[in-house]
Amino acid sequence: MTRADVIQIAYLIAAFCFILGLRWLSSPRTARKGNLVAALGMLIAIIATLVDGRVVGYTWIAIAAFVGGSIGALVARRVQMTAMPQLVALLNGLGGGAAALIAISEYHVAGAAGEARLGAVIAVSVMFSTIVGSISFAGSLVAFGKLQELLPGRPITWPAQKALNGVGAIAVLGLAAYASLNIQDPLLWVAAGLALLLGVSAVLPIGGADMPVVIAFLNACTGLAAAATGFALNNSLLIIAGVLVGASGTLLTQLMSKAMNRSVASVLFGAFGGGGGSSSGVSATGETLPVLEISVADLAAQLVYARRVMIVPGYGLAVAQAQHPVRELADLLIERGVSVAFAIHPVAGRMPGHMNVLLAEADVPYDQLLEMEEANPDFPQTDIVLVIGANDVVNPAARDDENSPLYGMPILEVDNAENVIVFKRSMASGFAGVENMLFHDPKTRMLFGDARKSLTQLVQDVQAV
Amino acid sequence: MSLITELVILVLAAWVGIEVISKVPQMLHTPLMSGTNAIHGVVIVGAILVLGAAAGGTVETICGIVAVAFGAANVVGGFVVTDRMLQMFRRRPEPPKEGQG
Repeated sequence: MTRADVIQIAYLIAAFCFILGLRWLSSPRTARKGNLVAALGMLIAIIATLVDGRVVGYTWIAIAAFVGGSIGALVARRVQMTAMPQLVALLNGLGGGAAALIAISEYHVAGAAGEARLGAVIAVSVMFSTIVGSISFAGSLVAFGKLQELLPGRPITWPAQKALNGVGAIAVLGLAAYASLNIQDPLLWVAAGLALLLGVSAVLPIGGADMPVVIAFLNACTGLAAAATGFALNNSLLIIAGVLVGASGTLLTQLMSKAMNRSVASVLFGAFGGGGGSSSGVSATGETLPVLEISVADLAAQLVYARRVMIVPGYGLAVAQAQHPVRELADLLIERGVSVAFAIHPVAGRMPGHMNVLLAEADVPYDQLLEMEEANPDFPQTDIVLVIGANDVVNPAARDDENSPLYGMPILEVDNAENVIVFKRSMASGFAGVENMLFHDPKTRMLFGDARKSLTQLVQDVQAV
Repeated sequence: MSLITELVILVLAAWVGIEVISKVPQMLHTPLMSGTNAIHGVVIVGAILVLGAAAGGTVETICGIVAVAFGAANVVGGFVVTDRMLQMFRRRPEPPKEGQG
């Protein structure tokens, strides 16, 4: 067996580890083991590559890997769980950037070797990897900036945005084609630069609540860029791993946009929502709608005597950092014999599964977390629903009002429960800028104020009852 | 490797990926994203090949160094943070067993 054969077998084992790791992610019981197996696969792949006969110098590899790895480890250990969406965006960007740089380097090597033009397969893969990798790098950094609140979360738009993006996309493709036929280094640098601009201008107009779709989409882009790099380098492992990630990102993108009843295209090109809190609380006939409030003390008394309580968390819970007091409240109620569960909408938060991670961090056991399909049949038997920092995902207009921009989006049907309590800072409307009739429902009571403070007070009052 | 072989690998990997990933529950979608994030850090393999074989060329060396550093941060950060997340997912502690009968 030659050294090349051994390396190929090591790659095969690595690919097997990746697939097994993803397979084990299908249950929280085996998921941690799955992640470790995937990491083991990565280690095998890296060692196999290091003994590849083509690799001659190790100094720079060691330095770069040490610096990058240490920073990655440090950030991953330190980061707050509430900052998870931005970290995922950042890591995704790094992968995309690495893929683009590899492709650019391959292009340069071909030029230095005196080739005038690239072969068809190499051309397509190098150009795909450069363009998609650059878009993913820049787009992910903008998403990171928005989530970290370095940039405004609302959609940023400018005149003729779509037309300019279209012209930019055509220019990048044209330049890439020309650069493949006439190898000159600066051509690809310009193409990569344009692709970076395109990534920035594609993500800037996308609002905060659409971030789950964008992050999943960029994840798919980086995966496919890595796969393209595999074609350029003739490396089967890069193709397999890249395509696995591409498949995962694509599936999540579809799931998320389906949970918002919008097409992927309308999210990525729509600049939807964020019209500011222009809620008026005025009905179609012009009269002001009633809003009923409840005090923390009254709510505490009601909760203690309830049989079943359902908690609906939204992004507001993450913003208020209220995951710990909400878990305390749930524990207290369970101690008193109340049945408590959390109902989680697929797009609650800023990335797929965001609420689950947040609640897991606060030690909420995962068997208390219900998906939308499990929770909806439960609401008619529920005494009290606590809606904490969620808005559009519980808006009955999505089910009842054909004229609503939300119409058709699957929602948590909290209005089927006996009582609904909405924790909210003010009467401002949700991300979509749509009035929520749930707040004016006769069975709804509003609890205004910071969710964390309200919940902490509520915990004390429940203890006192 | 021929183009046909590579395309066969691509199609089969996509199929396996879709089959496996569609079984991941919504609850684990964030760890799925950060885990697949770590897996696409496999570009570090490509970056090592580029940098290790760089025959002193400035462009390859600089691109390679940055790519290896990015890839390493991507791989290590991705797996570490996924592990941190997954260790938080736990079931309700089993109630202490009462004497039978």
